[in-house]
This record gives sequence, C-alpha cells and structure tokens, in this order.
Amino acid sequence: MQLVDELLAGNRRALARTISIVEDGGPAAPPLLAALYPHTGRGHVIGITGAPGTGKSTLVNALARSYRQQGRTVGIIAVDPTSPFSGGALLGDRVRMRDLAGDPGIFIRSMATRGNLGGLARATADVISVLDAAGFERILVETVGVGQAEVDIASAAHTTVVVEAPGLGDEVQAIKAGVLEIADLFAVNKADREGADHTVMALQMMQGLAPVPAGHHGTTGGTGRSHHAEAGAQPDGGWLPPITKTVAMRGEGVEMLRDWIELHAVHLRETDGLARREVARAATELDQILRDQLITALLTRLPPGHLDATLAAIARREIDPYTAGAQLLAQFS
Amino acid sequence: MTDRKIRVLVAKPGLDGHDRGAKVVARALRDAGMEVIYTGIRQTPEMIVEAALQEDVDVVGISILSGAHMALCPRVLELLNAQDMGDVVVLVGGIIPDEDVAPLKALGVKGVFGPGTSTQDIIEFIRQSVAVPVAG
Ligand SMILES: Nc1nc2c(ncn2[C@@H]2O[C@H](COP(=O)(O)OP(=O)(O)OP(=O)(O)O)[C@@H](O)[C@H]2O)c(=O)[nH]1
Ligand SMILES: [Mg+2]
Repeated sequence: MQLVDELLAGNRRALARTISIVEDGGPAAPPLLAALYPHTGRGHVIGITGAPGTGKSTLVNALARSYRQQGRTVGIIAVDPTSPFSGGALLGDRVRMRDLAGDPGIFIRSMATRGNLGGLARATADVISVLDAAGFERILVETVGVGQAEVDIASAAHTTVVVEAPGLGDEVQAIKAGVLEIADLFAVNKADREGADHTVMALQMMQGLAPVPAGHHGTTGGTGRSHHAEAGAQPDGGWLPPITKTVAMRGEGVEMLRDWIELHAVHLRETDGLARREVARAATELDQILRDQLITALLTRLPPGHLDATLAAIARREIDPYTAGAQLLAQFS
Repeated sequence: MTDRKIRVLVAKPGLDGHDRGAKVVARALRDAGMEVIYTGIRQTPEMIVEAALQEDVDVVGISILSGAHMALCPRVLELLNAQDMGDVVVLVGGIIPDEDVAPLKALGVKGVFGPGTSTQDIIEFIRQSVAVPVAG
C-alpha cells in the first residue's frame, strides 16, 4: 500500500492522511491498520488526564521538550470534547504547544471525541497505533478527565499521569473518585500557587500514606500501606503512584516527572505489568471491533426498513427489546 | 460507518495580539458542526502550514488585522503548495482593503471576508468549497 510505505518512510503528510482515515473509521481503515500493525509495539504510550484547566497541555508541551532534549521523538494526541449540540468541536490544545513548532521529531494531532465513548476509545487506540508504527518513541495522549472516556482511554496507555492543581476547592472532595485506579503517577501542577502542598497531602491521604484529618473521615479509601512506604516500585512487585509537583509553565519538576514515567516503563517491563496491559488493551479494542463488525454484518443482512420497523414496534411496546434483539440475531443462524 | 467532519485550522499570524474576531469565527464554525483547530496568536506562516499538515485540515482560515496580509498570505500559499497541499481551501478574514482582494485571489486565496461578514456566510462558503461527503 502506497500510503503505508510513505508513512513508514517518514512522510508526514502520509501520516496525517492515515490518521484521518483511521479516525473516520470507514472501510479503508482496517486494511491500513492491518498493514501497520507489525510495525507497532515499540512506542511507550503515556496518558495525561485531569480536570479542565489543570495545565495538561502546558505539561505535555514541557514533557515533550524534555524528551526531545534526550533525543527521543514524541507523538502527541490531544483530545477535546465534541459539542453534543452541533457535533462540532473547538480543539485548542495546540495553543499551549507552540514551543514544539518546527521540530521534525514532534507530531501533534488534535482529536474530537465525536460519537459514542466506545468509539472514542477505538479511534484513540488506532491513532496511537499509527503514531507508534510511524516510529514515535513516546506517545503522549491528553484527555480531559471528566468521565468514563478517560478510563477507557487509560486502558490504551502504558503509563497514566493524572494531573491535579491546587485551588479546585476542597482538595479531598475535588480529587475525583476513580483516579486512584487509573493513576500510575500524579502531577500536582501549578505548584507555584498556594495550596499545592495541600493537594499533595490530599493525594497521600487517598493513598493511605498521610493521616486523615478530622472532618474527612470516610472520604478516602486507604490502601493500608505503611506511612513510610516510598513511591514507585514496591518490594512486593506492586507500584505506588509517585506524586510530583510541577510548574509546567516554567518546566519545573518536569524532568522528575519524565524520569518517573521512565521508571514506570521499566517497572512494567520487569514485572508482568506490560504483558497484562497489552492484553487489557487488546481486549478493549477487540471488543469494540467485534461489536462494530457484528452490527454492520447484521444490518447488511436485514431487509430494508426492517430495523426501523423493529425500533417502532419496541417504542409502541409491541415487543420488548430483548426479544427483538434475539429475533434479529436469528438472522445469523 | 465513516464519521467524516470538515476540519478547519483557524490561525492568527502577525504581531497584533488581538484574536477576538478569530475566536468568534472559530466558535461559529464549531456550532455549525465543524472541527476547528485553534492555534492562537502570533503564528508564523511556517507554523500555520505545519499545523495544517499535521491536522490534515480541509480549510485554513487566517485572521489578519495588522495589514501584513500581502506579506503573510503568499508565504502560506507557497508553503502549502510546497507540501503538495494545494487543495486546502485558504480563507482570509480581517481588515483587507478592497484593492488587495483581487491580487489575493489570484494567488490562490479562495475567499476574503471583511469585518462586516456574517459568520453564516463563512459557514456557507466553506460547505460549498469543501467537496467531501460529510456525516452529521
Ligand atoms: N500558575 C500556573 N499556571 C499554569 C501552569 N501550567 C499551566 N498554567 C496555566 O493554566 C491554564 C490552563 O493551562 P492548559 O495547559 O491549557 O490546561 P489544560 O488542562 O490543558 O486545559 P484543557 O485542555 O482546557 O482542559 C493556562 O492559562 C496556563 O498558562 C503552572 O504550572 N502554573
Ligand atoms: Mg488542554
């Protein structure tokens, strides 16, 4: 395939085109991805997630510069939400990444969430594969931490960095439930602002490393680890997410964050973590692909108008959706 | 099922730091169902074309208030052509004197939109200029 050959030869326009085809998800996508797949598996994928405005894009910019200083190439995917009203999107993360302009070792792509959440996870995983095949050694994926989508996208990352910032209100309340499960690393950004130490403490409390002050009983789930545990790789083969203070705007703390990411990559390789993540990633992707393909296959077998008639019948309560689903699936037998 | 959207890069080159107009247009295009990549102020032609390439956009919209359009636009078009991206629709908005419109169009700028233009006109123009099947 010409496009694939050009992409593998380092043609950036071919890369951009391939990403569009893969993102749009039409019939041209699977053969491209199939041809690229043998070239994937080399890049380390880093998810950067957190609440709006915590400084994710600024941090991605700083991290990418730091990796470039080490001579590593960096692919960046910046995901922003699609407007549910218009289907359009305003993708503004590049504004914070202007330092990276003109560097052939960098490739930045903005992505809108578009349709359903599962579709987003599929599209993101596929675009990651394309950048991976193109040879980018580190792939940074920025997502706005607002819900299930992040958890799904995190399953496509090897290392997930959750970005917090001081001043989001009561820290313990502001740090969302669920981040503990997906975070491999925490960055407390805007550490130049008052309250950063409070945010660090709140995170340590959630990790069970700091005593919970009066008034916050029951708001955190301690991990039962000793108060003296050191962050990072644990003697029992586990990993305690390190907390790094950063000032992304000035690049402070960013080398430390980068080094933690690299240590996490080493930890994954030395334990069965990498293999487990790759399997989890494959499961998410295959699940979505099977759903898409089964539905498409089913729809092409149905007589025209059949689906609409079934939907109308369900809406009129003439049939329940489970029975209707079973009847549709009978097309396969 | 393809999920194709019109993708537009909105850029603000030059040294004047005022991008209110560009942001109004960016929001209007989003509300019309397009995916708008906003790159911020002080973009050089090189930065604009690099972003257009990486983002694989259908349209590049350049907002210029500084009067530097006759210097910036030819450079953007030249760089686009050098990247084999001559099919990208280039639009210019801002304060453009009437006598400059014809020369800009001769260079390859598809549309020039002055301060009085309604965003609806820009939306219509883009929809007609971009020949892609678009869902949604
Ligand atoms: N004081 C301070 N401000 C920062 C720091 N990092 C980023 N900011 C500012 O915080 C604001 C938001 O930064 P972004 O990088 O756009 O944040 P984001 O999380 O990517 O935002 P969304 O993508 O909109 O969710 C900007 O005005 C940045 O300049 C920091 O370390 N300290
Ligand atoms: Mg951002």
